[in-house]
Amino acid sequence: MQTSTLFVIILGLSLLAYYTGLRRAQHRRSSERLLALPSHYGYMTALLSALPAVTLLLAWSIFEPAYLNQQIVLHLPAEALQQSADRINLVVNNVQLMIADGSFADDPLLSPAANAYLEARHNSRLLITALIILLGLSGVVFALSRYLTRQHARQRVEAIVRVFLMACSGVAIFTTLGIVLSVLFEAMRFFDSVPIADFMFGTSWSPQTAIRADQVGSSGSFGAVPLFVGTLLISLIAMIIAVPVGLMTAIYLSEYATRRFRAIAKPLLEVLAGIPTVVYGFFAALTVAPFIRNAGEAIGLGVASESALAAGIVMGVMIIPFVSSLSDDVISAVPQAMRDGSLALGATRSETIKQVIIPAALPGIVGGVLLAASRAIGETMIVVMAAGLAARLTVNPLEAVTTVTVQIVTLLTGDQEFDSPKTLAAFALGLMLFVSTLLLNVIALHIVRKYREQYE
Amino acid sequence: MNNTDIVKQGLKKRYAREKRFQLYGKLAVMVGFIFLTLLIVDITVKAMPAFSVTELKLDIKLDRESLGLPETGAVSDDMLSAINYGAVIKQALRDSFPEMTSRKEKKQLYALISSGAEFSLAAKLRADPGLVGQESIDIWFRADDDIDTYYKLETRTSRVSDRQVDMIEQLQQNERIRIAFNSTFFSASDSREPEQAGIRGAIVGSFWTLLVTLLVSLPVGVAAAIYLEEFAPQNRFTDFIEININNLAAVPSIVFGLLGLAVFINFFGMPRSAPLIGGLVLSLMTLPTIIIASRAALKSVPPSIKEAALGIGASKMQVVFHHTLPLAMPGILTGSIIGMAQALGETAPLLMIGMVAFIVDVPGGILDSATVLPVQIYLWSDSPERAFTALTAATILVLLGFLAVMNAIAIYLRKRFERRW
Repeated sequence: MQTSTLFVIILGLSLLAYYTGLRRAQHRRSSERLLALPSHYGYMTALLSALPAVTLLLAWSIFEPAYLNQQIVLHLPAEALQQSADRINLVVNNVQLMIADGSFADDPLLSPAANAYLEARHNSRLLITALIILLGLSGVVFALSRYLTRQHARQRVEAIVRVFLMACSGVAIFTTLGIVLSVLFEAMRFFDSVPIADFMFGTSWSPQTAIRADQVGSSGSFGAVPLFVGTLLISLIAMIIAVPVGLMTAIYLSEYATRRFRAIAKPLLEVLAGIPTVVYGFFAALTVAPFIRNAGEAIGLGVASESALAAGIVMGVMIIPFVSSLSDDVISAVPQAMRDGSLALGATRSETIKQVIIPAALPGIVGGVLLAASRAIGETMIVVMAAGLAARLTVNPLEAVTTVTVQIVTLLTGDQEFDSPKTLAAFALGLMLFVSTLLLNVIALHIVRKYREQYE
Repeated sequence: MNNTDIVKQGLKKRYAREKRFQLYGKLAVMVGFIFLTLLIVDITVKAMPAFSVTELKLDIKLDRESLGLPETGAVSDDMLSAINYGAVIKQALRDSFPEMTSRKEKKQLYALISSGAEFSLAAKLRADPGLVGQESIDIWFRADDDIDTYYKLETRTSRVSDRQVDMIEQLQQNERIRIAFNSTFFSASDSREPEQAGIRGAIVGSFWTLLVTLLVSLPVGVAAAIYLEEFAPQNRFTDFIEININNLAAVPSIVFGLLGLAVFINFFGMPRSAPLIGGLVLSLMTLPTIIIASRAALKSVPPSIKEAALGIGASKMQVVFHHTLPLAMPGILTGSIIGMAQALGETAPLLMIGMVAFIVDVPGGILDSATVLPVQIYLWSDSPERAFTALTAATILVLLGFLAVMNAIAIYLRKRFERRW
């Protein structure tokens, strides 16, 4: 039986359990004092019938494929088993394909395995259906038993809901754990074939690994320094645009602008933050980059068509609202008394801003800038579409450079077996990306939090 | 000279500096606006050609002989699909330009019409078999994308020959060429031919992906927010969860793609390119947004309401589910819509899990291979044909339209249901 059918069965049985529990509790209410409302008894019996069954079903759908494959392996002819593990996997896949299109009867060698598979599948499905019906009915049986009204149903139900709520908040931990483990694990496998020092300090990046060993350039080189430099270069250009503009925007909007202007300007700037990055990428690649190249040619400069400058400028504009809204928050948090004091001493407003407000808000602004930098480093689509692919070790903004994120995308979007160092290199780069952005975030959040405590 | 004089001496300079500083501020604000305007205008201008398409009117012979059908008898569906429609259209082209006789000329002649013309003719006949037997009938066909670009934008590229220019002029004189609304853009899916490509597949793919995202991230996010806001004890474990959520909010989206690839696809063996995986990855990504917004909404419900409910004997769980949560719902929904808008525009993690494949079919469910709007933009922006640039820009406009609607709904909800306690 299909998993979805089993789910429907579980649902039906738990509904049945709910109504049985509810009715029984309502009935008993006339003769005894219940510990909880009748509906709670319904919920309790429904949960009792559904929870174990769902758990079983989930476990079954995770482990069943492995069990069935094992059945195939057990019934393979002896000579097939003497091959390497990869080969056996291939044979298993073949058997599964044969089962799918029903052609296994023609193959005398593999048909016992296929038949064993089919039989095991049949049995396991029968078993699971029986077990699920049994577990589902247990709730109904419990609802009919005399133990039902002795339970404190509300407390039981609430305890389960509470565990569910806690588990949901634990998803955040599991996500982080999943990221760390998956990236770290694959990166470790990469560092098995490429020494970590070569990766961190090598200056040549050409991840093309050949299929045959005797091909030219058969061993790719995985020195990631050009990628780091490229990433930093583009991020630096972005920050050079975003920090002054964002900061001045925040200052103007919070210190000078009229209330009406602010009410219009702020949401409009936020629109910049809401535009998908792929749109910026399109704009950078098809409008800004050709414009910069033509402008460069007009004054006699050779500019690459995928220059770091184009990607950096557009990325900078994307980050402006980010910097400005974070700075706006910290500038508004500076106590009015400090402003008034400075103005009372005869300072102009710009002097007040420059000499009182900015220094007071500086830690928060630095925190915001760090957060913006981490965003720039991790930004993907703009650079994928507007920056280059070839790794070149240069700090000239007019040349094409490539970044960590671009390489992750190019390494993983082609057809490639999962075990080659080329694919695994993407995870090593992902690890670097994750660690560096995490560091920046932790530092930034720490600075921002510390600063907030000062004035609160 | 006393102090007042010294101050007065510097005053002019200081006021000038003040003015300059204000000017810088204004300039900075302007930079953002100018860029925003440039972006929107540039994309709109680029998108315009994609909404119209050049069509040619051909005089098609649908008599039984031309179609290669027997003289009499009923026409079955099998017979209809066996017809060589390409030949019928080519014949019609030759008839309208009898002077084109050489091989080369004929080749250029055939290149006027989109390669999809035969399918549209076939579809027309299937829809109305009564057309069979008509001596001649005028039908509009889409022009090839090079001809379309030339005629629509009046820019000549090397892909349009002198001969073809003459032919187009002749068609123009006979009023057999026109510019029509490009409905294919909304009704078709991806194609290698720009004039046959549309975004229906991508829109449906985006819909399935967002559906999964919403169904996973909203319940989990709200549950997590309720736990953290209402039940979590003040201890290290709670702190650890909060640190994790804050950090996840700032992890680059591409890292979530790596997670999806390593865990969902390689470890659990889920199907590549499916909206299910895309939705799961995006829900992990939007979860922090939803949790943070939901917590803020739950926090804004005044304690007096909770205390009143507790006072008349409700349990803590009942207080939350009967009072706090319903009152916080508008805020939670606003946050969720903004999170969904983010997810709708996200591209990078979906590239990692194989949603970049060239997919012609409209996905029918969450397990079919699919692509989404932003990925479609990315794919088309790479295509060398000029016509694809217009399609890309038009897709961007559609995407921005969806985002604008979602944000408008969020703002409306906030304005309509926001309560000041």
